[in-house]
Amino acid sequence: MAEKAKVGCARPTGGPVGEETSEETAKETTQVEKEVKTMTQVGKKAPDFIAPAYQKGQFINVQLSEYLGKWVLLCFYPGDFTFV
Amino acid sequence: MSIDSMYVHKMWDDHELSKMVDGGIPFAMLSDAGGRVGKVFGIFNEDAGVENRGRFIIDPDGMIQAFEVLSPPVGRNINEAIRQVQAFQVIRETQGAEATPAGWRPGKKTLKPGPELVGNVWKEWKTKMAFD
Repeated sequence: MAEKAKVGCARPTGGPVGEETSEETAKETTQVEKEVKTMTQVGKKAPDFIAPAYQKGQFINVQLSEYLGKWVLLCFYPGDFTFV
Repeated sequence: MSIDSMYVHKMWDDHELSKMVDGGIPFAMLSDAGGRVGKVFGIFNEDAGVENRGRFIIDPDGMIQAFEVLSPPVGRNINEAIRQVQAFQVIRETQGAEATPAGWRPGKKTLKPGPELVGNVWKEWKTKMAFD
């Protein structure tokens, strides 16, 4: 399942899988992002991503598509140490 | 998932959440620096630079079946999220032969969509079933 993450001093980041980041394709990327936004509709595929995570004492990398075959509740929240 | 680093997630789990939940949070606490994933899911709050309270139910095929988004000050209803997963599981198991009407929870009556049900839902489902 989720691979163990290498722990360094730089803060690791993940992101959407397959996203273009080079400047040459900046215009194209804007276009892609617009299209991607409409993907969060019911009945549409959830955009895949990789994200660094903490789970039970371990730093791991989680990829959404690793959970195919299971029901997933994906929750976003404003920040750690917030109140509700 | 939030914009906090996994190191902050660890501190929050160690110092606060583990005091609410024995052994700490059992599931993965994901980090989304810069809100890149949140943007793709349409729940990143650009003005505040944080994620809104977005919740997505994703089925075993990777399809989004439901989502709910709240602005930061209002918390969620976890029972409702679980009820929705249970309802979607019924739909999946019966391959759409059954549907879950308003107020449905496990053990309550489902509806069987088809020609016979058209105009006859009132016989099968009463308004009070939405509330009990």
